[in-house]
Amino acid sequence: MDLHPLATVRARSPRRTRRWAAGSTDRRVELLLGALAVATLAFIVVMIATVFIKAWPSFAHNGLAWFGSGGDPDTQLRAMQEDKALPGHSIYYFRSWPLIWGTIVTTVAAVLIALVASTLAAIFLTEFAPPALRRTLDPVIRLLAAVPSVIYGLIGILAVAPWVNENLLSNSRKASVEYVVQLNGSNLTTAVLILTIMILPIMVAISANAFAAVPASWREGSAALGVNRWRTIWRVSLRAARPAIAAATVLSTARALGEAVMLAMVSGGRGFAANPLDGITFFFEPVRPLAATIFQNSEGLTIPVLAHTIYAMAAVLLVSAAMLSLAGWASKQQLKRYGIRA
Amino acid sequence: MSTAQLSVPPSEVARAPRENTSGWPLIDRFAYVMCWAVGIGLCVIAVAIVLYMFVKGISYLHVGMLFESPAPAQLQSQTGGFLDPIVGTLIVSTLGTLIAAPLGVAIAAWLTEYGRPAWLARAVESSVEIISGAPSVVLALFGLLIFAQSFLGFLSQTASNGAVYGRSFIAASAVMAVLGLPLIVGATREGLIQLPDRLREASYALGRTRATTIRRVLLPAIRPSIATGTVLCMGRIIGDTAIIRLLLGVSLTTQPVGGTPILGALRGTGSTLTSYVYENSPAGEGNAPQKAYAAAFILLMLILLLNGLVTWITNRGAKDEPSGRSGLSRALGALRFGGIEK
Repeated sequence: MDLHPLATVRARSPRRTRRWAAGSTDRRVELLLGALAVATLAFIVVMIATVFIKAWPSFAHNGLAWFGSGGDPDTQLRAMQEDKALPGHSIYYFRSWPLIWGTIVTTVAAVLIALVASTLAAIFLTEFAPPALRRTLDPVIRLLAAVPSVIYGLIGILAVAPWVNENLLSNSRKASVEYVVQLNGSNLTTAVLILTIMILPIMVAISANAFAAVPASWREGSAALGVNRWRTIWRVSLRAARPAIAAATVLSTARALGEAVMLAMVSGGRGFAANPLDGITFFFEPVRPLAATIFQNSEGLTIPVLAHTIYAMAAVLLVSAAMLSLAGWASKQQLKRYGIRA
Repeated sequence: MSTAQLSVPPSEVARAPRENTSGWPLIDRFAYVMCWAVGIGLCVIAVAIVLYMFVKGISYLHVGMLFESPAPAQLQSQTGGFLDPIVGTLIVSTLGTLIAAPLGVAIAAWLTEYGRPAWLARAVESSVEIISGAPSVVLALFGLLIFAQSFLGFLSQTASNGAVYGRSFIAASAVMAVLGLPLIVGATREGLIQLPDRLREASYALGRTRATTIRRVLLPAIRPSIATGTVLCMGRIIGDTAIIRLLLGVSLTTQPVGGTPILGALRGTGSTLTSYVYENSPAGEGNAPQKAYAAAFILLMLILLLNGLVTWITNRGAKDEPSGRSGLSRALGALRFGGIEK
């Protein structure tokens, strides 16, 4: 009762209001940030759903044969563009195997070459390179990773393709398949070569990080048993770095799969299923992966039938890429055991 | 979980600069030589790309090209310069980064500092992974669908029959922001995870709320990480071609809509350096390789500049950061979400 009225106010009210206000601001910030984060989730869900809804007519008209082979996809796309159905087929008729095959061949070949090269380069970077060279390689790798794909494509189409055309392709080889397909410098080899260079840097970076994180005691233990340096790397470091290499492979596969611009420029631009039975000629046959096909036909999006077909290709790409992303995420979980964040 | 010190392997001091391989089995020596060959090969490829672009770029580039608009012409010498594409690149990259940066930081802050419920956080995390793995051409297709909705007509132009065009600087920048988002989320998240918990505890002990701690303590502490992510995001936006071609149209000059000076330009279509290079390469319609080389040179300079900026930020940041991570491993932190596309 002796207390000044203000004393009680000061003792209770500020604390109360502050706690109440603080709790609510904090809560509100959490909700706001959470809403933004959930928006990305919603974005992905809506994107996958929309692409599939837009793609459905194409899949519905062709069934599983959509993925099969049968005819030239370029002719089929042109038929849709001109709104003239191919004789004996519906306007939706589309067989994508040559494009899917092109995607598989370029991606697998580039990833396999890059896998070997990046592992060797990562070992070199962490184990053998003199410190000065290591310091130069660091920015070099980042530069290679940052060069836009259109520049790779430009170099490919203006420098590499003419060189391949003049030096690796003989006239007799061109003549031997003339009745099926025109050969020139833009072909499977050029595409795979440049794609490999494009995906190499990220693989080197991730694997080099993993090699550097292998505990020194493991390698020293191996060396103390009289095992030479290379065998130590091969038997000890490589095994420890395996999950990181797997993650790098998955990531770069996703990248190779989605590469559109560079491949549209250098892969030959024809929906042709290069045939491995052709022997050496196989390596010089044109291909065109799915992403490049979408890119080159994007002008036709105003034509409904063609748009459905393009979205169907996008749906296939999106599902494959999402699978790879999740596989990459899963393989990265293993890395945590080694304390590597790749 | 301790994150490995990646830049300096502990055994480095004891390591001989050159390996004595004379006692090794033949196959080990072969592998050793292969490591060197691949390492040197990477350097040679990078130097070759940069040199080639330098020589070609400088020989075809005139200062006047930087200030002239592209003009349709038969002769390469009359096709003008690339003022519009340069301005377009600046608009798209600035606008895209402005959208992506706050969003990315917010998502990363929620993921690391709140992240509840856990299942939702995991879902958001994997959706960011999926965005980073999604081919940019698919993102562009989806963006075109969204921005062609009639209620978003005010962001692009509406044809006389009521159809919404869906292509504008705003549309392209928004989709570019999605493309670059994973890089900012990755870098910010990596930075937040690296921060010691004592920072947070000290802040809570002083009675600060979580929201204030994030804004006043954590985000200022990871400024270099955020900057790295932002610059990487900008680099990726500058380098992308597919989104530009689908969402900004194929005209080489900037074509504003309506009379409003800035908003009109943003609602209009145009070009960027990447689409200019593509259009002028043999794969595009312009086919003026000299102009393509010159523009690609400017593009590469921009990328080199941004790359240098990343190195500068990381080196500066490494000084006041105890863990002293190398630039490569910090850049990797950002690249955790997916390979670098374009």
